[in-house]
Amino acid sequence: MLTSIKTNQFEGSESKKLAMMYFRVAIILFGAQLLMGLIAAIQFVYPGFLFEIFDFSVARMVHINALVVWMLYAMIGSVYLMLPDETGIETVGIGLGKLAFWVLTAAVTVVVLVYILIQVGPGTESTIWLINEGREYLEAPRWADIGIVVVVLIFYWNVFATYMKGRKTGIMTVMVADLMALAGLYLAGMFFTDNISMDQFWWWWVIHLWVEATWEVFVGALAAYALIKIINAKREIVEMWLWIEVLMLFGSGILGLGHHYFWIGTPEYWWEIGALFSALEPVPLVAMFVHVLYDWGKEQGIAKAKGEAGAVVKNGPAMAWIVTNAFGNFLGAGIWGFFHTLPQVNIYTHGTQFTAAHGHLAFFGAYATILIGMMYLGIQEAYGIKQLRATFKSKMAIFLITFGVLGMTVALTIAGYEQVLVERAELGAGWNAFFAAQDLPWYVQAQAWRLIMGVITFVGFIYLVWDLLTIGKVEQAEEAMVATA
Amino acid sequence: MANENKSVWTSISFWRRSAGWVTGFATILLIWLTFDTLGQIRMGTDEELKEAVAQQKEINRVPAPTVINYHINYKMDEKRGHEVPVIGKKELFFGKEWNPQEAAELLHLGKLTSQAKNCMNCHTLLGNGAYYAPDLTKAWLDKAWQKGGPLQAMTGKNTVEEAMAEFLQHPSQYPTHARMMPDLGITADEAKGLVAFLKHMSSIDTNGFPRNFSKTVEQFKTGGTNAH
Repeated sequence: MLTSIKTNQFEGSESKKLAMMYFRVAIILFGAQLLMGLIAAIQFVYPGFLFEIFDFSVARMVHINALVVWMLYAMIGSVYLMLPDETGIETVGIGLGKLAFWVLTAAVTVVVLVYILIQVGPGTESTIWLINEGREYLEAPRWADIGIVVVVLIFYWNVFATYMKGRKTGIMTVMVADLMALAGLYLAGMFFTDNISMDQFWWWWVIHLWVEATWEVFVGALAAYALIKIINAKREIVEMWLWIEVLMLFGSGILGLGHHYFWIGTPEYWWEIGALFSALEPVPLVAMFVHVLYDWGKEQGIAKAKGEAGAVVKNGPAMAWIVTNAFGNFLGAGIWGFFHTLPQVNIYTHGTQFTAAHGHLAFFGAYATILIGMMYLGIQEAYGIKQLRATFKSKMAIFLITFGVLGMTVALTIAGYEQVLVERAELGAGWNAFFAAQDLPWYVQAQAWRLIMGVITFVGFIYLVWDLLTIGKVEQAEEAMVATA
Repeated sequence: MANENKSVWTSISFWRRSAGWVTGFATILLIWLTFDTLGQIRMGTDEELKEAVAQQKEINRVPAPTVINYHINYKMDEKRGHEVPVIGKKELFFGKEWNPQEAAELLHLGKLTSQAKNCMNCHTLLGNGAYYAPDLTKAWLDKAWQKGGPLQAMTGKNTVEEAMAEFLQHPSQYPTHARMMPDLGITADEAKGLVAFLKHMSSIDTNGFPRNFSKTVEQFKTGGTNAH
């Protein structure tokens, strides 16, 4: 059953080439995200930096938009990478898929240029249609929203038609259902209302039901595919785990949405619903962590029992990133999320650096890690390498990026803790309370450390790009040398 | 298959069906709660507002735009255990009373401007946004903007709305910190709209967020907050 997966040749697969195109843009946008983050971090420490030239609001907007968009690119790329393996056939509409890629990339370029060069507009409908929508994470102007919907429809049609025509594995079934929900939810963020409570109610339908439900299930499906691919895990076991994960992720995540409805004008019953279900959200993340390590240990044990020498891992860097994902998802989304998910705590932490700390570790741990792992999988296939081992650069990349993000998270947590105590508990959140808390040494030092850790993350990113550009050739040459020796 | 599963716990179809049921149930519950919540957070009408104020009745969670014609307070409610907005007597807003249509148009302009100027990528609104600048949920009620407060005094204006509007039009002329608000080209009309948006937001029932609002920094700095 798995033979098609083993013998798949990259040269024969246009879908995988398309995947690499998406990965390339993803990594460029990842770099843009980090650069913008550095500018914003510098502005926290030196507020005069680029003042009224490239303000914090602009840097921060591009920072979080580049984040979302690079992840969507890498997600689409990952799906195109796995489609031929899972369905056993070539993706149906490659030409259309390529067209969608170029349309999306052109649109993203225009949007980013407008963000950077025009920044803000007058208080009219045309600003929302042409410049930016001014809603955190969903800033993309309306014309781009519509473009995104069209591109996503093309992508979805491609996935769905290929799925219907080819083999229907459990992983692909989850993927097809999940992608439909993911795409459909975007529509909830595409309207204007004068009512700020209504605005934020639907805004969270997109943000939360993406990041804490559909994206998590997406990651579950990716991890399942990658485990089969990298360590030859048994499909029956991996797919059973995947359904259990879907059960727990959707079971907790859908109503966990309630933890965003504590303070935006929505009724009190969301306190109980949000607290209960979001407190359950870490459970599947523990399960995913256990699952990855368990399967790895088991496959290694089986190999050893058979008397085979060496590691079962066929792609060292990808496996390292996937294990980091399993741990980072649990730590960043699970633990750091649970820290402030109960309303009794959240009344003080809501809207402080606590949220930023959680956001950094969760987006990195849950999503960035596994998507980088998928890029390594793509490279392995592109160069036809049987066993891709980590280079010095791969190790530097994963170590520095992980260390840097963890460091930023700790720094922001300390800043948030100080804000919670001084600004919120002691002073009660007014204008002056905010600045009094921003000026205390604990906070200032924490922001300085965040900047330092941000620079470390960026150095790690340079290693990552360098590695992604060179590892294929290096390992290919090495494997050829071993074969001829 | 020849080898049937011995136990339901290792049966893929059992977990697949369970996942389907649980997801379906959660989705249906969410949709049902959504309908209930949408009814409770719809923007109220002027009639409802008048009636609630006249009879001291409970008010819509999100009042009508004409709430800008009233004095708004934020007081501890013994029964609910946290502060709630209290709509008081009529007061002029930018020197006049706004009829329902004018108030709605002003709020519309303000909400649009808040998005067009990207407020949310420095400030938080209802606690959501960026953490570079103060939360604006109850900014209208901030003591610093009231008569005798430092922010109103710095602009040289006599009312909260005029002081806020002046600040919004020329923010970098009134630095309150090394971290300043940039000049975003906000016009006089847009500034009025923004202040109406802020006043309206302060009247929304946020279940007591932010808690313990607007204790003064002076009280904090002198130590022993309640020692008089």
